[in-house]
Amino acid sequence: MEKPREFNPSELMHEYLRQKKKFPHIWCSGCGIGTTMGAVIRAIAGCELDRDRVVMVSGIGCSSRMPTYVDFNTLHTTHGRPIAFATGIKLARPELEVIVVTGDGDVAAIGGNHLIHACRRNINLTVVCINNSIYGMTGGQASPTTPQGKIASTARYGDFERAFDLCDLTAGAGAAFVARGAVYYARQIEKLVVQALRKKGFAFVEVVSQCPTYYGRFNKFKSPVEMLYWQRDNTVNVKAAAKTKPEELEGKLLTGVLADRDYPEFTELYDKLIADLAAGEK
Amino acid sequence: MIVVRFAGYGGQGLLTAGLILADAAAVFDKKKVIQTQSYGAEARGGASRSDVIISDEDIVFPKPDHLDILVAMNQLSVDKYSASLADGGTLIADATFVTMVTFPDFYSIPFTKIARERLGREIVANVVALGALVELKGVVSKKAAAGALEQRIPQAALDVNRKALEEGFKAAREAASAREKAVADYDIV
Amino acid sequence: MVLMQGNEAITRGALDAGVRFFAGYPITPSTEIAEIMSVELPKVGGKFLQMEDEIGSLAAVIGASLTGLKAMTATSGPGFSLMQENLGYAYMTEVPCLVVNVMRGGPSTGLPTHPSQGDVMQARWGTHGDHPAIVLAPSSVLDCYVLTVRAINLAERFRTPVILLPDEVVAHMREDVTLPEKVDVVDREAPHVPPEWYYPYDDSTTDVAPLAPFGTGFRFHVTGLTHDRAGFATTVPAEVDRAVRNLKRKMDRFRLEIIQVERVHLADAEVVVAAYGICARSAEAAVMQARAQGYRAGFVNMKTIWPFCFKLVERVAESAKAIIVPEMNLGQLVREFDRAVCGRTQVVPISRVDGEAITPRQILDVIAELARPGGTA
Repeated sequence: MEKPREFNPSELMHEYLRQKKKFPHIWCSGCGIGTTMGAVIRAIAGCELDRDRVVMVSGIGCSSRMPTYVDFNTLHTTHGRPIAFATGIKLARPELEVIVVTGDGDVAAIGGNHLIHACRRNINLTVVCINNSIYGMTGGQASPTTPQGKIASTARYGDFERAFDLCDLTAGAGAAFVARGAVYYARQIEKLVVQALRKKGFAFVEVVSQCPTYYGRFNKFKSPVEMLYWQRDNTVNVKAAAKTKPEELEGKLLTGVLADRDYPEFTELYDKLIADLAAGEK
Repeated sequence: MIVVRFAGYGGQGLLTAGLILADAAAVFDKKKVIQTQSYGAEARGGASRSDVIISDEDIVFPKPDHLDILVAMNQLSVDKYSASLADGGTLIADATFVTMVTFPDFYSIPFTKIARERLGREIVANVVALGALVELKGVVSKKAAAGALEQRIPQAALDVNRKALEEGFKAAREAASAREKAVADYDIV
Repeated sequence: MVLMQGNEAITRGALDAGVRFFAGYPITPSTEIAEIMSVELPKVGGKFLQMEDEIGSLAAVIGASLTGLKAMTATSGPGFSLMQENLGYAYMTEVPCLVVNVMRGGPSTGLPTHPSQGDVMQARWGTHGDHPAIVLAPSSVLDCYVLTVRAINLAERFRTPVILLPDEVVAHMREDVTLPEKVDVVDREAPHVPPEWYYPYDDSTTDVAPLAPFGTGFRFHVTGLTHDRAGFATTVPAEVDRAVRNLKRKMDRFRLEIIQVERVHLADAEVVVAAYGICARSAEAAVMQARAQGYRAGFVNMKTIWPFCFKLVERVAESAKAIIVPEMNLGQLVREFDRAVCGRTQVVPISRVDGEAITPRQILDVIAELARPGGTA
C-alpha cells in the first residue's frame, strides 16, 4: 500500500483547524475527542485529500462538534442522522470524500437504523465513531455502549442493559471495512482511518475513548490518565489475539482491522446504471 | 357527460379497464376525462372500483353523485352501487357471479365465464366487460377502445386481450338481441 | 394531450424544473412518485435513493441539495410526521428542497387510501420553533405539474424547503391534460465573492444569501444550531435575534410574489367560497350552480395556503355577507379566516372527515341558506 505523506504534526494542525474562527473548543480537559480529531486530520493529510472535496458530517453530541473546528466542507446535522445526510451527499456527488464523525449515542441509539442500513447499502463513506460509553453533552446518561452494571446519570443503580459491540454490529450488518482503535493508541487510529478512507465501500472505525467528566467520575476512575491506562490494559490487537489463549482474551476489546472485504459499491453501481441507460443498454 | 363505474374485487382488473376506457376517451376520442379509483388495503380480494367521467366540456368536480353506467363484476357491487345509478342508467353485470339484479335496465353477461372458456384466461374478464360496455352504450368508439388497449396492455398479453375485446362486442350483441326479443315477446303477450 | 395521474404530473413537473435527486420511503398514497422517479431519474443522470425511513429520506435530500442538486422527497401523513425533524433543519439551515405530502386521513395510520386535508396546520407548524413556510395546494392534475415547478423555483429562489400538499383525490385522479411546452426554471444563486469573503448567511447585499455547493472551494459550516452569518453556532442575543427574524423577513418581503390565489366572480359576490385542493373543485362547481340559480356567489382557490392570503380575505370581508370555508378536516385553515375577518363578516366552515370529498351539493346548500335574506348557517 502507498505510504502516507510525511508531515510535522503541529504545523499540520494549524493548517487544518479553523483556529482563528472557532477556538477555544467545547471539549473538557482529558477528553479523547481532541486526540481523535488530530488522528483524523493526520489521516486526511496523509492521504493527500483535496480539502475542498472533503465533507465532514456529524450528528449531535460532544464528538459531533468536531466539524465546527476543521477547515473542510462541514455539516453538523440532527441527532442520529449524519449517515443519512452523508449518504445523500455521497450519492449526489460521488467525487466528494465524505467522512462522518459521530458518537455512540448518536450512531448506535437514535441513529442505529441508519448505521445498519448504510452497512448493507455499502456506499463509500468513512464513519469514525468516538465511543465514550456515555452521553457526555447532556450530562452522563447511559448509552447503548455503557457496559452492563456501570453507572450513568440515568443508571444510578448500574445499567441493566448489555452494551452493543459496535464492530460486531457493523460487521454483522455487512460493512466492507470495520476497525477498532483506542485513544491511548493515537497513531493507530490515524492508520486505521487511512485504511478506511482508502477502502472503496462503507468503512466503520470505532475509537474507544474516555469521558473523564461523567463516565470516569461515575465509575471511580481517578483521572483521565487512569482511563487511558484502562484502554491499554483492556484492548488486544487482533493480530496478537490470534496467538493468545482464549481465557486471556476474556473481557478484552480487539483492536485493529476486524473486517475487510469487497462488495460492489453503491455509487459505482448507480453510475454504471446511468451510463448503461445513456448507451441504451437497459 | 357520462359517468361509468367499474366495480368488483381487487384483482379483477377494474383499474385497468377504467384506464383503457379513460385513455380511449381522452387520447383517441379527444373528450374531457377524469378517472378516479377507490380501493382498500388488499391488493387482491378487497372491494375495488374505478370511475370514469367522459364529457364534451370541462369537468369541474371529479366525484359525481350519480352513475350512468355500472359495470358490476360481483354481487356485492350490484348491492352496493345500484342505488347510485341515475334514472335512465344501465347496469351491466357479470352473470358469472351476479345472481340478483335490482335495477330495471340491465344486461347480465357472464364475462368471467367467457374469459375462462373461450379465451382460457380468466384475468381478461375485465376487457370482455369493457368490450360489452363499448358495444352496448357507445361511450367511446370501438376504434378508440382498441387503440387504448394497444397502449395499456403489455405486448405479451396483447393478443388475448384483443380477442377478449372482440368477445365482449360479440357477447353484448347477443345479449342485446336476446333482450330485444324478450321485450318483443313480452309486448305480444 | 395525455391522460395523467396527479402523482405522475408531480414527477413530470419535478423533472422539468430540474430535480436530479430523490430520496424517499414507500407510503400510500404518494408511492407512485417514488416509483416513477426511480425509473426516470437515472435516465437523465439524476439519482434515486430508497432510504430506511422518512427521517433518513429528508436527511439525504438535504445532503444532496447542499452539493447543488435540486432535490425532493414525497410522503404522506405518518411519514410527514417523521420528517418534521429534518424539515426544521432545512428551514434553519436554509437549504432548498421540495417535500410533497399527499394528504390521507389521520391521525396516525388513519385512512391510507382515502383523502383528507388534515395536515394543513402540520405543514405550517409541524416542526418546533419559529419559521416561515411556503405550502402550495394543487386542485387538478395540471396544477400538480405547474405547482411542482413553482415549488422547486420558490425553494431555489428563497433558499427554503417548500411543501406541496395535494390531497389523495388530486394525487390519484387521472385527467386529460396538456402540459406546457416550456416552463420557467429558477436556478440557485451562486456566490458573487471569492471563498475567503463568503458568508453563507449574509443577505446584506442580495435578497437571499447565495448558497455555495459543497465541493466548490467555499468550505463553510452548516449547523442546525442558531448561527451567525458565517454559519457558526452563536448564543449572542443580537446574533440570535437576527438569525431568527431573518428567516421570517426573507419571506415577508416577497409575500405578494409567493401568494397565488385564483379569484372568480368576487366583484359582486355576496357569498364567497374559499377553498384549496379538491375542495376548490367542489367550490367551483357549487358556485357555478349557484350563479345559474341566481345567487351572487364567488369563489377563491388558494393555490398558496401558506403564507396565508390575509389581505385578500380582509378585502372580501368588506364586501361579502359570508365566507364559506369547506375543508376535509374539522376546521383548520378556517381559523386564519376568523383572524383576518375579525367579526366583520360571517365565516362558515364546512367540515368532512369521513374519507370522502366534500360535494358541490353540500356547499350549494350552505350558499342557498346564506344568500336568503337574513339567512345564517
